[in-house]
Amino acid sequence: MAKPNLILTTLAAAVMSAASYSAAALEKIGPGEGRVDIVAWAGYIERGETDPAFDWVTEFEKNTGCMVNVKTAATSDEMVSLMAKGGYDLVTASGDASLRLIYGNRVQPINLDLIKAWESVDERLQNAPWHTVAGKHYGVPFEWGPNVLMYNTDVFKTAPDSWKVVFEEMTLPDGKSNKGRVQAYDGPIYIADAALYLKAHKPELGIIDPYELNEEQYAAVLELLRGQHELIHRYWHDYNVQMSDFKNEGVVASSSWPFMANLLMAENQPVAMTFPQEGATGWADTTMMATDAPHPNCAYEWLNWSITPKLQGDLAAWFGAVPAVPAACKGNELLGDEGCATNGFDNFEDVYFWKTPTAKCETQGSCVSYSRWTRDYIAIMGGR
Amino acid sequence: MTAISGASASPAVRSAAGRFADFLYRRPNFYLLLLLVPPLLWFGAVYIASLLSLLWQSLYTFDDFTMTVSHTLTLANYTQLFDAANFDIIVRTVVMALAVSVFSAMLAFPVAYYMARYATGRTKAFFYIAVMLPMWTSYIVKAYAWTLLLAKEGVTSWFIHGLGLDAVLQFLLDIPGIGGNTLSTSNIGRFFVFTYIWLPFMILPIQAALERLPPSLLQASADLGANPLRTFRHVIFPLAIPGIAAGSIFTFSLTLGDYIVPQLVGPPGLFLGSMVYVQQGAIGNMPMAAAFTLVPVVLIAVYLSMVKKLGAFDAL
Repeated sequence: MAKPNLILTTLAAAVMSAASYSAAALEKIGPGEGRVDIVAWAGYIERGETDPAFDWVTEFEKNTGCMVNVKTAATSDEMVSLMAKGGYDLVTASGDASLRLIYGNRVQPINLDLIKAWESVDERLQNAPWHTVAGKHYGVPFEWGPNVLMYNTDVFKTAPDSWKVVFEEMTLPDGKSNKGRVQAYDGPIYIADAALYLKAHKPELGIIDPYELNEEQYAAVLELLRGQHELIHRYWHDYNVQMSDFKNEGVVASSSWPFMANLLMAENQPVAMTFPQEGATGWADTTMMATDAPHPNCAYEWLNWSITPKLQGDLAAWFGAVPAVPAACKGNELLGDEGCATNGFDNFEDVYFWKTPTAKCETQGSCVSYSRWTRDYIAIMGGR
Repeated sequence: MTAISGASASPAVRSAAGRFADFLYRRPNFYLLLLLVPPLLWFGAVYIASLLSLLWQSLYTFDDFTMTVSHTLTLANYTQLFDAANFDIIVRTVVMALAVSVFSAMLAFPVAYYMARYATGRTKAFFYIAVMLPMWTSYIVKAYAWTLLLAKEGVTSWFIHGLGLDAVLQFLLDIPGIGGNTLSTSNIGRFFVFTYIWLPFMILPIQAALERLPPSLLQASADLGANPLRTFRHVIFPLAIPGIAAGSIFTFSLTLGDYIVPQLVGPPGLFLGSMVYVQQGAIGNMPMAAAFTLVPVVLIAVYLSMVKKLGAFDAL
């Protein structure tokens, strides 16, 4: 009879320790726990291993004693899934993940009194709807930027001005068709890129917001994507594979992140990026803190560190993004004084930030929800 | 039984270990139980129980918006397996697994035959090492290496170009269903990589089957006037079938469950393994992933029962 008791006690202890994790937000940052675990996009948390000039982790570790562990994720769905598994402190969530995290109770409200430099955060981001729910702030804005069109400069002597090169069959400037030479992103959120293209080219559909589509608009968008399947070389998922495809597989145009374009340009590959006339989808990321964060003090230390101008400027230069702290735009060696403008600081209004499509939507009452986006995009990638 | 009483009667005082040994000797069933319980527990808890818990999870409901699993039971995941897009995945995987098994058997047979009947001494050792050597390197490294080998500007294309066979390659790539834009994004490319990776698993069982084939049967066949082709059809091949079937269990099930090769090489469109990975790893839809895992389990069960009829397990 001793055994069941032992099991019960262990269980009770486990339940109690789990309960103590989910306590209310911190009142005061205490001594660090020596460690902080972050789920982040590739290239977001650099410790100088790829390029020694880009390092914003070593100094933090030295100052606070909190060792940073990074788990990179390739899609927003993966981030939500990792946070659901638990064990991580922070996540750099894009808008199509943040609300799901909030409504799924995966992240906790932030005590803004503990974020010393909150006032320095870009006013356009301070109360952004993707991290503010019912007046509560569920995170600290980190960085934002557009999804750019990356292209091969040997083929395109001048930058292509439209997403048409990846959506419709056409002859490229080198006289050959684009069939089999373009890529698309392998995440359901890419449906919004197609919707944005149709918003400009088929105004009769009346698309206002690419994340809020009614049945008729949605059908037209899927039609476009099915046609695009014929042109697609590969749906890219892994940024390394995409870079290799631009180098070895003859891929000449794709939606991409400035991060890959910057890396390829640094290798002197004939690659450049552009912001087409239709506008672009984009990401606005927020560092959010898990409900059951095992290292809350180190997590708050990182949240404070994450909006220091030096880090923000370095990251913007590295990732080709725009800092959440405007002060970072001036006087950063790596970013340069023009860096923010180049990366789209003034295009904020033209970027349609990733957000989760929901059945109930503002612009037209009833929309197609994300679950159908997921299902249909898997089908389209499978050629159906 | 008399031996038992004799053994225990002779010494007046026995050590504890000795008495325990006697006890085991007298109760052979208990002895057997003692030996079998740990592995059976391992099997029960680690294999069967985890499989059952997976199957149980496949009945849960997944909330698409918050991406959480609720414990309401439903069969919806199973009906969704037959949605066109999901069924495509199943068909795509099974066809590839069958094609890879058949082609591997065709490639493996001559190699295995030579190893079993002609190679001796050093040649035999060389063949064994040559077949096993690729298995010493990591499978992921090999798959990645093939993405570079098959790339448009990679070794294969360069070689084909050097031989002046560009037109042949283009013809192959233009065939709908198996072709694609480049070798590394076509079904042919994926098929080659799969065959390359699983071929050793086919060669070794066939070689073992052929080695058991008595040479006297071949002599008898020749004495009775059969030409080599006839001997092959009526003697060698039927006796090698258990080996081929055993090898195909490996190639079939390994292809069915693989999720690395389909991700790195071949056209868009998921495989069973990658679908499970996407559902579980990226979307967190554990119930759907669990429902999908049932597919290979059922397919393999069917396949094993077919292969059993062919006698693959007779030599066990």
